[in-house]
Amino acid sequence: MPGADKEADLTERIEAFLADLKRGGCGTGPIRGSGETARETTALLRKVTAQARWSSAGDLMEIIRKEGRRMTAAQPSETTVGNMVLRVLKIIREEYARSRGSSEETDQQESLHKLLTSGGLSEENFRQHFVHLKANVIEAINELLTELEGTTDNIAMQALEHIHSNEVIMTVGRSRTVEAFLKDAARKRKFHVIVAECAPFCQGHEMATNLSKASIETTVIADAAIFAVMSRVNKVIIGTQTVLANGGLRAVNGTHTVALAARHHSTPLIVCAPMFKLSPQVLYGQFLRPHGLVFALTCTILSKVNVHCPVFDYVPPELITLFISNIGGNAPSYIYRLMSELYHPEDHDL
Amino acid sequence: MADCGAADGPVKKDDIVRAKNEGKELTKEEKQRLRKEKKHQKKQKDEKRPSERAKEKKPVAPSQPVATQPPTQKAPTVLPASAPIPVPASGAPSHSSPAPSPADKPAKSRAEQKAERRARQDADRASKQQSCFSSSKTKAPPSELNPVVKRLPEHVQVDDPAVVKRLAKKLERQQIPLRSDYGYKVSLFSHLHQYSRKAPLTQQLSIPSTVIHPSIVRLGLQYSQGIVVGSNARSVALLHAFKQVIRDYTTPPNEELARDLVNKLKPYISFLNQCRPLSASMGNAIKYIKKEISNIPSQFKEEEAKTKLQKCIDCYINENVVLAAKAISKYAIKKISDGDVILVYGCSSLVNHILCEAYDKSRKFRVIVVDSRPRLEGREALRRLVQRGISCTYVLISALSYILPEVSKVFLGAHALLANGYVMSRVGTSQIALVARTFNVPVLVCCETYKFCERVQTDSFVSNELDDPDDLMVTRKGKTQLENWHDVSSLGLLNLVYDVTPPDFVDLVITDLGMIPCTSVPVVLRVKNLEQ
Repeated sequence: MPGADKEADLTERIEAFLADLKRGGCGTGPIRGSGETARETTALLRKVTAQARWSSAGDLMEIIRKEGRRMTAAQPSETTVGNMVLRVLKIIREEYARSRGSSEETDQQESLHKLLTSGGLSEENFRQHFVHLKANVIEAINELLTELEGTTDNIAMQALEHIHSNEVIMTVGRSRTVEAFLKDAARKRKFHVIVAECAPFCQGHEMATNLSKASIETTVIADAAIFAVMSRVNKVIIGTQTVLANGGLRAVNGTHTVALAARHHSTPLIVCAPMFKLSPQVLYGQFLRPHGLVFALTCTILSKVNVHCPVFDYVPPELITLFISNIGGNAPSYIYRLMSELYHPEDHDL
Repeated sequence: MADCGAADGPVKKDDIVRAKNEGKELTKEEKQRLRKEKKHQKKQKDEKRPSERAKEKKPVAPSQPVATQPPTQKAPTVLPASAPIPVPASGAPSHSSPAPSPADKPAKSRAEQKAERRARQDADRASKQQSCFSSSKTKAPPSELNPVVKRLPEHVQVDDPAVVKRLAKKLERQQIPLRSDYGYKVSLFSHLHQYSRKAPLTQQLSIPSTVIHPSIVRLGLQYSQGIVVGSNARSVALLHAFKQVIRDYTTPPNEELARDLVNKLKPYISFLNQCRPLSASMGNAIKYIKKEISNIPSQFKEEEAKTKLQKCIDCYINENVVLAAKAISKYAIKKISDGDVILVYGCSSLVNHILCEAYDKSRKFRVIVVDSRPRLEGREALRRLVQRGISCTYVLISALSYILPEVSKVFLGAHALLANGYVMSRVGTSQIALVARTFNVPVLVCCETYKFCERVQTDSFVSNELDDPDDLMVTRKGKTQLENWHDVSSLGLLNLVYDVTPPDFVDLVITDLGMIPCTSVPVVLRVKNLEQ
């Protein structure tokens, strides 16, 4: 039966995706960038919408939530997966509301008046069946996919507004967004880039090689020299793994030091982060098994020593000057507002 | 007219000239007198030269010869070889009209020339007496405030081709090979040297032992290959090598031990500087040795002098390194309480010593060792502490923000303490102090007083050391990203060795003189100078 085949195919793809996520998380960082993860997640959710059996929006939302929980459980540190699930849920809500005929605006706002007068769930369980809901949802998800594909270019387009000639820019580790950003600016302007290598995995080396191939003057420094050279740096441009709900960052370890050094020298700290990295979480810690660090410590001391190797750092929003995302530049204090436009408050806990 | 007055001047000189011509060996007194006269002539020439040039209205830098006068108060450091030898000839430019006299000379007869010479010597003697008064006047103020402009060391002037040429000539004279820079230097640091560890100095030429003592060659290699690291270790190794040199030294005939030994040490110091730039502690040790050597009284026999010097060196090491460490530990242990979590960075011999002493005195604490690429010195500190039985945690410097909330105190070592209160130490120290200050964790710097230095510096760029850039390369997952960095023209690797920490990040400096704030460093320097 074609239906069963399709279902088997779907489960197969989901399983493959989960296995990928599980594998990609431990070790030297994700195998693919978060942009790719976001696109794959969205494509998978589109497939689920298309092929799973559901009759009303509520059912679809349940299915998506279930799959979303499985995916986030596979790799908790990869927050883009969860973010895409929330986006899709929001899309479903919007399409349902549009099909019902009520405007989206009034549904979103959680005004005091509404809370008092509605008295209970305002969404009536999403049980109504609409014929064109499936097509609408799939179309909206396609729009989302197009947006995702263009995020890096959108951010890179803004590069010339922020970089002038003969600047010295510092960056940490490897971020594909920042790489595209700097390469775009380098087409028209000449500037220097200092890359902090970000031990122990030294992703900064790859970033430096890529930048220097684009004829940008690059210097690689050790993490320990960040404060020493900061006095000559004009701007710090970094990428991040996640943007948190309060405007803070969860970024690769060492970023907090860079942020503090930048604040000490009053150097602006610019974060290039596409919108799909925005997450409703507030703080989260994760560690890596320290196998990367201990390869040269001898066995006799290893048993008596604790070794810590955190993967991420938390950077509070006071240290950040600007967020550059695919929808433009924003101050960290505005992030909470953007979040309310992307996700529905009831979905924040999957 | 001038005959009777000028009688004794020329007589003395004639004596010496005669003695020289007859090949007799000059006695000690005659040698000293000769040197004194040469020095006076040189002083006169320097003082006359600016006045003469002022008359000719040429732009001149009189401050330089005058400034070098007070430092040459100590007699032995003036090299007699470079002083102008023919004494009467140097009297010529001091005459008020230099231009016409050479033209007039051929026309005068012998008698007239003699009379002229006597008149000149009269004028010299009169001006000499005058200059004695004027130089004594100028002597008084400089001794209170030392002259400001010292010559800039050449190892921070690599971008000036004239300086590099001068250094090459000097090294050629001393028969020491010049080490060439390696790799692409980041433009901000083009004024510093950057050497490769794979090309040590000794591979370029064979250095005969008559030029450089073999223990110095070994020491230089140990420095350049990174076998002896750490400012205490380097100065102690240097002093031991100098002891060996003194043991093997014999005074050549016609020379005094005090002067000749100092001259012998000069090429050794140039060689060590080529292997690795001298540290502040090494500089202070060398100054001390030179002073001790030149203060050897001339009546000491060679054996006596050598034993005295060796005793001086032992005394210096004992006082400034061993006993200072004991004193600092005593003060520092007062600051360690039970239940402390202490953060240390890299491998400082002094901080390790303090922690081991505190552990022996049964304080209960645990240590977090922070380490950084590419030197990874923290592993050595970790090994030493774990061997003692102290419980340790190990992190890299990028994990600092993660680990600092647990820390109660930070102990840091120093390479040198500068006169404006900045702490010069291994690169990364300033970062640790910055983040610790953000988390309100007290930062204590431990430093012996012999590392205090009169330099001032506000950033880590002007005076620093660049290590081998190839050290930054690393292989992860079988791939070395920066393997071919030489081929890429726009890629540079920067491997800094030192950085400076501003005094507002440091809460306390523990020295052998007590616990002082960072800003009291010039006070300590002044006290030490007065003692000397």
